[in-house]
Amino acid sequence: MTAASTFPYEGHVPVLRLGGVLLVTLQGDLYDSTAEQLRQDIGETASDSAVTGVVIDLSGVEIVDSFMGRVLSDVAAMTRLLAAQTVVAGMRPAVAITLVELGLTLPGLRTALSTEDAMRQLGDEGSVLPRAGRPHRERP
Amino acid sequence: MPEQQAAEHQSNPAEEVGAFLRERREQIAQRWADAALLRTVFTVSRDEAVEAARTVVEALAAVAASGRVADSEADGFAVVREQLARTAQSRARAGAGIAQISAEMDALRPPVTDLLLDELSDAPAEHLRECTTALTVLMGTLRLVMLETTMNAGQDLINRQRLELLEIATPVIKLWEGIVAVPLIGTLDSARSQVVMEILLDAVVEQHARFAILDITGVPTVDSLVAQHLMKTVAAARLMGAECIVSGIRPAIAQTIVHLGIDLSSVLTRASLADALAYALQEQGDHIVPNPASAVEPR
Repeated sequence: MTAASTFPYEGHVPVLRLGGVLLVTLQGDLYDSTAEQLRQDIGETASDSAVTGVVIDLSGVEIVDSFMGRVLSDVAAMTRLLAAQTVVAGMRPAVAITLVELGLTLPGLRTALSTEDAMRQLGDEGSVLPRAGRPHRERP
Repeated sequence: MPEQQAAEHQSNPAEEVGAFLRERREQIAQRWADAALLRTVFTVSRDEAVEAARTVVEALAAVAASGRVADSEADGFAVVREQLARTAQSRARAGAGIAQISAEMDALRPPVTDLLLDELSDAPAEHLRECTTALTVLMGTLRLVMLETTMNAGQDLINRQRLELLEIATPVIKLWEGIVAVPLIGTLDSARSQVVMEILLDAVVEQHARFAILDITGVPTVDSLVAQHLMKTVAAARLMGAECIVSGIRPAIAQTIVHLGIDLSSVLTRASLADALAYALQEQGDHIVPNPASAVEPR
């Protein structure tokens, strides 16, 4: 995973801002350098524009490794520090099985079936609007 | 062809048998087509039987020419493996056992031996003996290849059926819009729980289900391995954005789990499938209102 220059994104994954939510759509294989760059981009955008939620769409990702799993949980922990919720959306079964087999159950991470669900989850808590100050209700 | 014959007498017996087989392949094929093995398989057309026999003879000739008469892995046999398997399968379907197929296969040898004896009637006795031995070994190897192929075909069938059984035994039921359930029946081993996990996760994507219920009422025993599989499935479902509920834990099983010290606290559990469904519906915001006119008592 070193030939980052041959990758169409040239080491960049677009980070889109929709209201108070950042939308990141990952496609295809992700190189370590790209993932590293993405972690920085999300951090900077989140702190610059005071977002309340980050949605990472993994529906186009077929292969993950342990590094990717770590990047995901890092992003979640980082955005939490910046007062934003991270929701991972649309993970494929094969990817989920791989992560579980790798022992990465990503406990702190919130998940959703699709991007739409993720937006709804964030919306339900009023975090797309200015923060209502309501704490996130943990499921039993 | 006096020079050629002379040259053949110089070469080793296996090569000579190869040359003999190639030369007389039509004659041998005709005789084999009348043998019980091929006659019972190719009942419709004799030409087909002759064609099949010719292929086998050519393969034998190729093997003999390469000098590996005793090697069942010889390249020459690769061509006829499939055909032999079909022949054997067809005989097996007709009720012939391995021993009978083997005996029928052995019956192919005498016609060839007779032909060889005719061919070499004026050769020295020592040479004749060597050639006959080579031919016998070659036919023995053919028989071995045939039986090997038959056994492998049987094993393939068993494997395929086992796989089918795995899939049949784990249906995914759509209980409600956005709620799927898998009733698990029978012992869970690693292979089976892997299949269950894949089927369940695929169903979550397909049905866009926010809730997946694993009902283990039909699982006779739960040990730490099964519990681990359950937890893996639950974790994978959660990663995909679905919530997984385990239902149908019987009191005895609950006791075992506690005795074993398995920590299922990360798994949401309910006593019965109905309870799990009620929980999922409530979480979804769907309310089921019992019909007051119905005789069934509301829960």
